[in-house]
Amino acid sequence: MSPFLFWLFASLTVIFGAAVVINRNPVASALSLVASFLGLAALFMSLDAYFVGIIQVLVYAGAVMVLFLFIVMLLNLQAEERRRINWLAAAGGITVAVILLVQIAVTIGRFEAARQAFPPLARSTDDVWNIGALLFSNYNLPFQIVGVLVLVATIGVVLLSKREPR
Amino acid sequence: MVTLGDYLLVSGVLFSIGFAGVMLRRNLIIILMSLELMLNAANLSLVAFSRFRVDSSGLPNYNAQVFVFFIITVAAAEVAVGLAILVALFRARQTTDVKDISSLKF
Repeated sequence: MSPFLFWLFASLTVIFGAAVVINRNPVASALSLVASFLGLAALFMSLDAYFVGIIQVLVYAGAVMVLFLFIVMLLNLQAEERRRINWLAAAGGITVAVILLVQIAVTIGRFEAARQAFPPLARSTDDVWNIGALLFSNYNLPFQIVGVLVLVATIGVVLLSKREPR
Repeated sequence: MVTLGDYLLVSGVLFSIGFAGVMLRRNLIIILMSLELMLNAANLSLVAFSRFRVDSSGLPNYNAQVFVFFIITVAAAEVAVGLAILVALFRARQTTDVKDISSLKF
């Protein structure tokens, strides 16, 4: 992957990620999140993880974002009215986030392996086959537990959105 | 040359943006979106490590990509339940602002 493409998609992901937080209108935030996830999917593909990249587009940019947009439009949320911003709390939140970022950057700077380039792959990766083989051998129990989790989530959502009988 | 550190840094920046969103925003929907951003930042560093650890047969370490698969599945379930709670809350209180939901506050 050329460095130009990497920095293009990385900046796309980060800029639209920041737009999610900055935008006042929830619809604009949701659309920025779609753009951010598409950039992230491109980054996954640049790491030869084609399966994960495609799952990212299908599940996140597809299903999850449709859910978000549907709820935003169902609740008919407008842009938040400008409330008086508590500057002290805002400064505190930004400070904690910046401290976290500095910590991460310093840790990466001290990490020897982080300065190495990625080793070349010996052959083309058939990653769907490999991930599937792992899912059904080493990770079979977690896979089935996740299946139960999704079932429970489905039932829970139906129960939660049922109207209470009065 | 793109190094492992570059990917980890992008992942860290994305995580910090999501964290700042959870800390700063008061709209519950935006807070849920910021949570998604943080989960995806973790996914990016997992995939980068997976590609970095090439084993003897010349393939990436697929254990990390299986973890990413699980994270995406759990995140999708989490969003569905979170948004259902949000709709139930909106029905009861007509608001999605966390400042207006303070019944349990001491």
